[in-house]
This record gives sequence, C-alpha cells and structure tokens, in this order.
Amino acid sequence: MGEHAAKLQKVRLKTPLRAEDLAGLALGTVVYLDGTVYTGREGVYKAAIEDGWPLPTDVSGLSNVNFHCSPAAAQLDDGSFKVGAVTATASFRFAKWLDQWFSLTGTKVIIGKGGMNSETYRDIFVPHGAIYLTTVGYGTGALLGRGIKQVKAAHWIEELSIAQAMWVFEVENFGPFLVESNLAGESLFEKTNREVSANLSKVYEGTRPATLRRYGETDDRSDEVV
Amino acid sequence: MIAIDALETAADRLMEKAAIEIPDDYLGGIKRMVASEKGDLSAFVLEAMLENYEAAKEDRRAMCADTGVPRWFVKIGNEATVQGGPIALEAALRRATANATTRIPLRPNRVHPLWRTDHNNNVGINAPEIDYSFEPDADWIELTSVHKGGLFGTDYRMLFPGDGIEGIKRFFLDTLVAFGKRGLACQPAIIGVGLGGSKDISMTLGKQACCLRVVGDRNPDPKVAALEDELIELGNSIGMGAMGFVGSSMVVDCHIECGYCHTGGMPMSVHAFCLSSRRATARVHRDGRVAYRTDPQWFTPYMRRETVEWESTPQSSRKSA
Repeated sequence: MGEHAAKLQKVRLKTPLRAEDLAGLALGTVVYLDGTVYTGREGVYKAAIEDGWPLPTDVSGLSNVNFHCSPAAAQLDDGSFKVGAVTATASFRFAKWLDQWFSLTGTKVIIGKGGMNSETYRDIFVPHGAIYLTTVGYGTGALLGRGIKQVKAAHWIEELSIAQAMWVFEVENFGPFLVESNLAGESLFEKTNREVSANLSKVYEGTRPATLRRYGETDDRSDEVV
Repeated sequence: MIAIDALETAADRLMEKAAIEIPDDYLGGIKRMVASEKGDLSAFVLEAMLENYEAAKEDRRAMCADTGVPRWFVKIGNEATVQGGPIALEAALRRATANATTRIPLRPNRVHPLWRTDHNNNVGINAPEIDYSFEPDADWIELTSVHKGGLFGTDYRMLFPGDGIEGIKRFFLDTLVAFGKRGLACQPAIIGVGLGGSKDISMTLGKQACCLRVVGDRNPDPKVAALEDELIELGNSIGMGAMGFVGSSMVVDCHIECGYCHTGGMPMSVHAFCLSSRRATARVHRDGRVAYRTDPQWFTPYMRRETVEWESTPQSSRKSA
C-alpha cells in the first residue's frame, strides 16, 4: 500500500476475537483477520429470528465475526464452491435484528458497509460488547476474495439462495477493514460527518432550494439518510 | 449478416472484462486523485482500491462482489443485420449474462421485487435491461456491458426553469452529500446528470451519461461543458472524500446530457457510478471480427441531433463520444 496507508495504525487479529483484542481497537485502525468468519444478512436474520428456524450450526462455537455480505460465488458440479470477490452490503438495514442476533450467537464483531447510527451502537452494540468494522472503498472485493482460503459451509443455500445463504469462510490476512465503532460505541463515520457538515453551509452558498418542495424534506445537512 | 455466435461470444467476454478490468480512463482519474488527496483516510481508501484493481486483474476475479444490476447497451448500425433477428440477439445477451454469472463467478443479484425469487443467474423479468440506439452509415453492432450498483447515489427531481443553475447546483450537492456520507455512493465516481427529457428519459440520460462517457470527455455544447467543469469543482469542494471521510475526492468526472423537455419544467437526475466503474464495449463486424475497448461512444452526433432530418455524413457521425 501507499504512503497514506503507512500513516495509519494496523493490526492483525485471530478469530474468535477476545475481549482484550476488542478493547485495544481505536477508531480508524486498519484491521486484518485470520480464522473463521461467517456471513449473515436479512435472509439469515429473518429466518432465525422472525421465522424461528433453528440455527443450521453452532454459530457461537464457530466464530464471533459476522460479515454483512454475500460472495460472488458459484457451486461447481462436485458440490464445492468457487468464490471470486467478496464485498459488504449496507448494514444499517439490519439494525432491527441485531440485539437478538447478538444474544443468540455471542457475535462480537460486525463487518459491513457504512456502519450503524450511534443509537444502535449505544443501545445494542455496547451492551453486548460488540464493535463494528467497515470494509474499505466498497469495495475491495478482489482483495477480500484473496483472503478466503476455504469455504467451510454454505448453510441454507437451497432455502435462501447464494446471495442470502450463511457462508462460513476460513480466512487469512483478510482485509483491510477499518474500526468504525469501538467498545464505547463511538463512530468514525459520525465523527467524520460532524467535521464535513461544518463546511457545508459555505459549499451551498449561491444555490437555491427547489421551487417544488417534498413532504418530509429537510435542509439540515447534518442529517443522514441512513 | 452478423453471426449470432459471434455476438454471444463477445457478450460473454464483455461480462468478464467489465467485472474484472478497471477502465484506463477511470484508473487515471483515481491515480490523479490519490496524488492530490490530503485526507489520510480518504487517500488510504483510494490506495486500497488501486491495490484491489491489480488483485482483480492478477487473479481474474471480479473487482467487487456486488454485481450491481448487469445490463446491456446495444448500438445497431443502420446497415447491420443479425442472424435470427433481434429476438435471437436478446436471447444471446440473456444467455451470456447467465453463463458468465456462473463462470466468472459473479454474484447473482437479481430477484423478484416481491417474492425475492432468485434464478441465481442475474436473469429474470425485465432483467438484464437492454437499451438500444442506432447509428447511421454503419454495418456493425456494438455491445456494452455495464455492471452498476443500484441502491444508493441516484436521485431524480422535477425542477422548473425558475430554479435555474442555482437549483441545479443545489440538487447536485444534495444528492452527493446525502449519499456521500459513509460512502454509500461508493465515491469518488463519475457523476452523470440528466437534464430535461420526460421524467423517465431524464433518468435514462443521467444513467447513460455516467455509465457510457469516459473520464475527460466533454459535452460538445461549450456552455454545457463549462457547467460540467463547474459541477466537478463544486463536488470536490464539499470537503468529503472516499467513504465520506474528510477529503476532496468526490467527483472523478461529471457528464451532463440534455433532452428537450416540457416548456414549463426542467427535470433533473443525478447518478453516481462507482469505484469499480464496470463497463466494456465490443464492436462486432459482419465478418466476425470483434474489437474490444472501454469507451462505449454512445453519445454520437446522431444521438444528440436536434433537427427533424438527419443529414448523413459518415465521417462526422462517429467523431464524438
């Protein structure tokens, strides 16, 4: 990586992440993982939490890292899987299931896209001792694909399809990720948004609000759409 | 007559090239942005993306696992004919989409909006979309594969003549700021702006402007070109960079396309392509020759014609893009 990467703090951690691993992570730290990671998004959450499907495997014994993603993958004729790229999907849509998911599985790390809002961190992540890692760029699909050494399982692939199945990956030097929320529930994105918002009224000078307004419209640009 | 096999083979290859190979024009734009980016986190993201482009090419794996919604743009020469006709052509594009999805592999993204039925091949009702355009004095067919995300970064608004350039700037900023936070728009990106047309065509023009024009291209109308330059500068002055981090890397380029609209309105759309800007084009000739490139040359003088009749001038008809 280039000169900017060199300025950031970097760590490489093994799954399952221990409490002391999590405690040492500051916002904006670059993280790489070794071990086991599983995927779960709306399909998995809804099945397990709303529809009462028994978990297809002992998730808590497997890994405490839940990746909000689905891989670019195909099933080969012999039943094995070919995984190409891996990229996260926007996490804020899954907030409503996470409290129960954390209780059900003991998950401590969510990897995803875009983070959560600070209420979700405060009310759900902090009580469960969980943190959030964001993928980079959205995404470094090829780099993350390289980090997957083996597909250990693809649960519920018949029921939920390739995109929504629970994939279990053995990973090595899997990253980069950035620490978006720490154990205190602070958010790198929200911190950033406050800094960016400070400049916005100047940028908007010389523009004009649309003649035709919309219901619910706001001109408070510190608001977020997530 | 153009053989259907030649078209299907080219389409299959284009799916792969679009998914794996970052177009040079966009890569150059990102490299220039890394050089000028002062925000460490934003620059780190761009450096990681540069590494990702290399990894994708080395491993022949997709740059991004989110296939977006793969779609086709087809330009048909006025003198071209296809073996089996347009029905065979559409079947070939659907087959190539399905086969390439499994072969590369790409993530099957396409589902029924209500039942979430997934054929695991990126094909379904009205998917992939196929847009057509035509070109005078040509006997070839050009296929362009675009894989673009579709959840964030795009918006439409009905503006009015009285909203003026100030209103255009406001809506441009609104879209970039709203979807730029946390990097939901996967910026820095090529931004396409559709101005005028009917509502749906305003969206179509903006989409085509962002996906089918290359970095460095300017609208042939000098005043529109000047507005493109102004919007680039405006977007990069927000103070936001990659992933919404503090920085200046927001707009790699801005392309505006216009369509004549209702006399009382000024509809506008804004579309953000993404950090993988997946597009690839092939010209398939009658004799089966295929030439691959990354510049779709979609907006020709014929596409932008204003007059009732088209005066056929073979030399000038493919100069723009």
